[in-house]
Amino acid sequence: MSAEHALTPTGYIQHHLSFLVKTGETPFWNYHLDTIVTSAILGILTFGFLHLVVRGATAGVPSKRQAAVELIVDFVNEQARSIFHGDIRFVAPLALTVFVWVFLMNAMDFLPIDLMAELVYKPLGLEYWRSVPTADVNTTFALALSVWVLMIFFAIKVKGVGGFIHELFCAPFGGNPVLWPFNFVFNLVEYISKPLSHSLRLYGNIYAGEIIFMLLGLWAATGVAGTIFGGILSAGWAIFHILIVGLQAFIFMMLTIVYIAMAQEGH
Amino acid sequence: MEKLQFLAMIQAHTGIGIGIMIGLGALGACIGVGLMCSRFLEGAARQPELIPQLQAKVFLLLGLIDASFIIAVGIAMLFAFGNPLLAAVAG
Repeated sequence: MSAEHALTPTGYIQHHLSFLVKTGETPFWNYHLDTIVTSAILGILTFGFLHLVVRGATAGVPSKRQAAVELIVDFVNEQARSIFHGDIRFVAPLALTVFVWVFLMNAMDFLPIDLMAELVYKPLGLEYWRSVPTADVNTTFALALSVWVLMIFFAIKVKGVGGFIHELFCAPFGGNPVLWPFNFVFNLVEYISKPLSHSLRLYGNIYAGEIIFMLLGLWAATGVAGTIFGGILSAGWAIFHILIVGLQAFIFMMLTIVYIAMAQEGH
Repeated sequence: MEKLQFLAMIQAHTGIGIGIMIGLGALGACIGVGLMCSRFLEGAARQPELIPQLQAKVFLLLGLIDASFIIAVGIAMLFAFGNPLLAAVAG
């Protein structure tokens, strides 16, 4: 525990909600080292594993690992094909990347909170370490903004810059110059609300889940009755959270496919 | 003594605000999910062969409907544990 956080419930929670911030010259250049390192390690592990399995894939009877990977790839492919009726050669691998990576980043929430203290504080002496990258709003915004940039890129690629600007000002109400401001405001709201809701949905779900775990764990500090009820409710919440982890990754993937499909099809 | 009164006032109102945020958010989300699931049950009863596809859509829509509520819970937690309004008094 650091010196700034007293050993009170609020102090405990505030300690566990602090990131390992590496400061830059101005506050804009601060970065969260724990988030970056955890998401990088998870990315290397996941995609390295997938790559190895795909490289050793056989057309005969598959091994269990190959069958598992085929299951995931088929699932994502089905979802992409059911939503988007054009060329899915870019969208489907993008959806697979997003799904598997976000699922594993969310799944870091299953580890006990104080496990990071064992792994990081004792050997390395780092004061703070938050283990769930998607509980950092920067991660989810990075993912959502990447999808947003891809959305605009595909819209321009399919319609051309002129077509894109035309659609920005003329859809959905009509081409009359009187309606241009209304069309523009409408489209602006749509373009702003998509990445915002995309990222904040994932962030809010995982962050709220973490906080509830911490609060239920703190309840156990109040005595025997608190421990029993806190334990039961923690077990219940953990089971529900398993559903949420998978569901939020699935929703993130589906919305990625839907946004890019909508950008390629036009209004 | 003045400062303590200000502090108490800010914290009391923040508490009420947190309760309203979470309460009204939960109300909206639960009614929305209830409506959607009732339609799903109706549809499943009419055409049982579509149940797998409808179920996938139900889970997707569940996440979308929950989104605003969970964002409100996140903001409420921010106010509960790192209340920015206290900076006006604590300084």
